[in-house]
Amino acid sequence: MKILVCLSNVPDTTSKITFTDNNTAFNTAGIQYIINPYDEIALARAVELAGNGQGTITVIHVGEAAADPTIRKALAIGADQAVRIDAYPRDAWFVAHQIASYAKTQNFDLILTGRESIDYNGSLVQGYIAELLGIPSISIAKKLDINDSQATVEREIEGGKEVIQVPLPVVIGTAEGVAEPKIPNMRGIMSARTKPLEVIQAIDVPALSHITHFDTPPPRGNVKLVDKDHVTQLVELLHSEAKVI
Amino acid sequence: MAILVYIENIAGAFKKSGYEAVSYAKAIGDATGQPVTALSIGKVDTGSLEGLGRYGVSKVIAVNTEQLHQFVNQAYAAVIAEVANSIQATTIVLSNSFSGKGLAPRIAAKLDAALADGAITLPVIKGDAWEIKKSAFSGKAIATQELTAPIKVIALTPNTIEAVEAQTTVEIEAFQPQVAATDLSTVVKDIMQATDKIPLPEANIVVSAGRGLKGPENWKMIEELADVLGAATACSKPVSDAGWRPHEEHVGQTGLAVSPNLYIAIGISGAIQHLAGISSSKTIVVINNDPEAPFFKVADYGIVGDAFDVVPKLIDAFKAYKNH
Ligand SMILES: Cc1cc2nc3c(=O)[nH]c(=O)nc-3n(C[C@H](O)[C@H](O)[C@H](O)COP(=O)(O)OP(=O)(O)OC[C@H]3O[C@@H](n4cnc5c(N)ncnc54)[C@H](O)[C@@H]3O)c2cc1C
Repeated sequence: MKILVCLSNVPDTTSKITFTDNNTAFNTAGIQYIINPYDEIALARAVELAGNGQGTITVIHVGEAAADPTIRKALAIGADQAVRIDAYPRDAWFVAHQIASYAKTQNFDLILTGRESIDYNGSLVQGYIAELLGIPSISIAKKLDINDSQATVEREIEGGKEVIQVPLPVVIGTAEGVAEPKIPNMRGIMSARTKPLEVIQAIDVPALSHITHFDTPPPRGNVKLVDKDHVTQLVELLHSEAKVI
Repeated sequence: MAILVYIENIAGAFKKSGYEAVSYAKAIGDATGQPVTALSIGKVDTGSLEGLGRYGVSKVIAVNTEQLHQFVNQAYAAVIAEVANSIQATTIVLSNSFSGKGLAPRIAAKLDAALADGAITLPVIKGDAWEIKKSAFSGKAIATQELTAPIKVIALTPNTIEAVEAQTTVEIEAFQPQVAATDLSTVVKDIMQATDKIPLPEANIVVSAGRGLKGPENWKMIEELADVLGAATACSKPVSDAGWRPHEEHVGQTGLAVSPNLYIAIGISGAIQHLAGISSSKTIVVINNDPEAPFFKVADYGIVGDAFDVVPKLIDAFKAYKNH
């Protein structure tokens, strides 16, 4: 089985998010980057599925050379080889076109992404890739098993879940429950240095939209404390002041 | 030019987030002088279809093909795009629900459309360019996106606008789509639906608890409080990681992002990753025995106290309020 895992390089979850250039660009100064946490889940499941010589894993990232440490980490966790499409990952539409264009030449059985990236929270890449390749996609998988050439997936729906079966090849966005993220061991880290990382030129993709600026949400706070022995006061405040009950 | 709004159903019933999408589409229709056509796929009775007229829809296209009685992402996306083409829709609105997230990019790719995912505002229309805001960096920022392509797909975040009634008479048209066999390869084997529970993404009130609860056996009072308030329950990440609660309840940067009217956090410290998923809640109440807990810094109301003492009292107080 040939598996492709799509990696997004995102700010560490503790990052303070600020903007520059009149709030038109994300301020990358001092930001630590990590593998998108949902992509780590995808990668961990890929490593399980490809174990015992049952498959090979390629990781792909659309981005600039600064992301190479993130790619090497994925190789250390267990991917066999990596591909980086050398371009600024302008938006999901652009990224998906790059990945689909690469995947077209490779006949992957399974393409995994995270359910969303924690920077732009789009959940778009999986659906775009699948549509560009003309294959099925599942946006939020909570469980994923492969038998023969079928994937069995538990998908999240509002207030419940759905078990679905879909033939390979398929694109699946993974969420918690699919696998526990893996921490690279020493041997993995050593071998990652010599695993192949191919750099490929990007293709042109016309833009359909773009982000014009960012705002930070208004600060919250000024908490009103209610005494623990007078909780009815909270009920009154929620009713007459906040008007939420 | 026309506006198409896709309205999702669960077991034949339209969802609250679907009516919100309809009202959103209607507001764009009013601003641009375009009629709104709603599309329903699946087995929905005529009464419910006619009911869409209450929200200002003048025409409903109903697809009731047997093969589409269950949700198949690829086929539904194809049908929505086909209907959009047939009525020459240049704006397609749907809810950014779990299923909507799977559909929106596929529809947009088929139509070469610009996609506003997770919209939280109505568009500011500047000719062909529409500006729409969305939440980014897991709630730590708001991004303004400009959609420049002629066709626009908008996936609306649930709970950001209210469904408003605007009675019109509605015409229902049955539509027979061209479904390709290759679009139907996904098969639904089983659906586990907790019909008695309020889905977390749609809930107006959320009662959430964290590691301060000490163990899964202590969630009875959380559920009771949620019950009294008609709320959904949620939890912090370590709680679902430990298996105390199901993963679906995990909110935060790596869980679900929610924006209820009222978020009550009990025994949750307020780590930055947790706050990321809940900071767009309208009102936040925090109950924690540590007055230094970071959560108090973003709360509107707080009680410093032991959850095991405060929550039972709160249940009584809310019950008294409801009965009164
Ligand atoms: C990459 C990454 C992603 C993450 N994503 C998320 C996420 O999406 N969502 C999330 O929630 N977390 C996330 N986390 C974890 C986050 O950093 C915190 O560890 C987590 O939110 C803490 O959960 P908690 O508040 O329940 O537990 P704790 O931090 O242990 O806090 C428990 C709180 O309960 C209070 N308490 C204890 N006893 C009582 C009592 N009897 N009565 C009242 N209060 C009491 C304590 O004072 C404390 O404030 C993430 C972390 C990382 C590294």
